[in-house]
Amino acid sequence: MNDQDVALEFKEVWKKFSNSATPTLAGMSFQVRKGSIHVLLGHSGAGKSVTLKHFLGLIVPDEGHIFVKGQDIGKCGDVELTRLRKTFGMLFQNSALFDGLDVLENVAFPLREHRREMREEEIVRRVEDLLESVELRNIVQKMPSELSGGMRKRVGLARAIALGPEILLFDEPTTGLDPETARVIDDLIVSTTRRLKATSLIISHDIHASLRIADFVSMIWEGRIIETASPADFVKSRDPVVKQFLESAGVTAVSNAGKL
Amino acid sequence: MTKQLESLGRFSLFVWNSLLWLFRKPYRWRLITDEILFIGNESLYIVSLAAFFTGAVFAYQSWLAFVMVGTDSMVGATVSLALVREMGPVMTGLVVTGRAGAAMAAQIGNMRVTEQIDALEVMAVSPLQFLVSPKLVAGTISLPLLTAIFGMVGNLGGYVVAVWVCGVDPGIYISKLKYFMDPWDFYHGLIKSGFFGFLLTAIGCYSGYRAKNGAQGVGKATNDAVVSGFIVILVLDYFLSILVPTGVRVQ
Ligand SMILES: Nc1ncnc2c1ncn2[C@@H]1O[C@H](COP(=O)(O)OP(=O)(O)OP(=O)(O)O)[C@@H](O)[C@H]1O
Ligand SMILES: [Mg+2]
Repeated sequence: MNDQDVALEFKEVWKKFSNSATPTLAGMSFQVRKGSIHVLLGHSGAGKSVTLKHFLGLIVPDEGHIFVKGQDIGKCGDVELTRLRKTFGMLFQNSALFDGLDVLENVAFPLREHRREMREEEIVRRVEDLLESVELRNIVQKMPSELSGGMRKRVGLARAIALGPEILLFDEPTTGLDPETARVIDDLIVSTTRRLKATSLIISHDIHASLRIADFVSMIWEGRIIETASPADFVKSRDPVVKQFLESAGVTAVSNAGKL
Repeated sequence: MTKQLESLGRFSLFVWNSLLWLFRKPYRWRLITDEILFIGNESLYIVSLAAFFTGAVFAYQSWLAFVMVGTDSMVGATVSLALVREMGPVMTGLVVTGRAGAAMAAQIGNMRVTEQIDALEVMAVSPLQFLVSPKLVAGTISLPLLTAIFGMVGNLGGYVVAVWVCGVDPGIYISKLKYFMDPWDFYHGLIKSGFFGFLLTAIGCYSGYRAKNGAQGVGKATNDAVVSGFIVILVLDYFLSILVPTGVRVQ
């Protein structure tokens, strides 16, 4: 990959939390290509959420470098980091909606903070458009606690794309949802990424969905990336851990060849 | 020992950064008034209740003592001085710690463990500026106001018991009170309560901010906020009582 084409990059990143014996990230390196949908697979506790949080500067690595659009975020000052963050949209594992604010105010939040020139009617209209784009209607007055898990994810998605981000990060967007809702969310992620011409990095356990929507799939194991490939090549991986992971999910190279 | 110093250092840094954020744009006046209303809503009723009965029981006990030596005319002045200088700020501080301080720790703690604080940060909004700074200002303003209310209601309680229950002469009660009270007794209480308000909010916010391990962690943060708040107020009160001037007069 040419440097110009890389949206996100980890270079030899190490991170150990004080309360654990082994490092969570042990020299992790990988790249995410601009404009692609990249899925990060891994077992529970493998460090997937930790990896995402590094890109936003929410967690600082012990060693190594993290690049966002070619910029080393370890060398960014406060102002630079703030500017970079505005180009991100993130959907958290549990949506992380502000539970003191209704749906309208949740989605309007980034607009009110960073589009101060927008008038009230414009904001309301924009929020309605955003909710429409995630197929939600007539819920602006509801509080997050009154929504189902799938609806919260969609509101979280609407909030994440409110500022038209260049890079989207999704932390298990479909975990805990029924297959049908999960599929709707997956399709929304794909269509939103393409529409915004954004780059998406998605964390997932769901290997079937990942193979369906991803341009690239990577697998985390013991703090490193052990495989990165297109879905078609990923299922043919010779890595024993990847093979095991695929087998336990009932995926075989043959059965998938048809679907892809 | 180094561990205690370390956490004191972290706490100070947290408070210092939150203060710095007050002077950076965007200014969040709305949030400050919201927080003042929140603290008032949480605490006004219970502060008034505590005040009335504190004044009442204090009047009764001091009357019992004074009447033995025939100086029951001093009940009003005694009650008033004690309320305004000591019981007002301290009791108000403790009540607000239990109500608003705990609520702040729970709110911020919950936001921490459900990643709402991370979400703020990701949306390029400083959680310190958005959540903590307005509360610090609001706490520092609200506590003196609530303390003033405590003083008034407490004096009312004292008057009611002294005059109607114990039969102290109302004219003498008021005139002695006026004679012995100095504006600086008020200021003394209000200044102390300002410090209490600042610290109890800082402690509440800090405990919440560092919460971890889900709902259980939020419970612990709330509990920590109340216990540390109580201790800090009681210890600090002693030192502030010495340092802040009062209206002491020698007859
Ligand atoms: N802030 C933190 N402090 C200490 N340890 C942490 C912290 N965040 C994560 N960890 C630890 O790092 C490891 C990886 O956590 P992470 O949340 O990244 O897992 P994950 O791959 O996202 O798993 P899941 O699929 O269950 O969400 C875990 O052992 C976790 O306990
Ligand atoms: Mg996770």
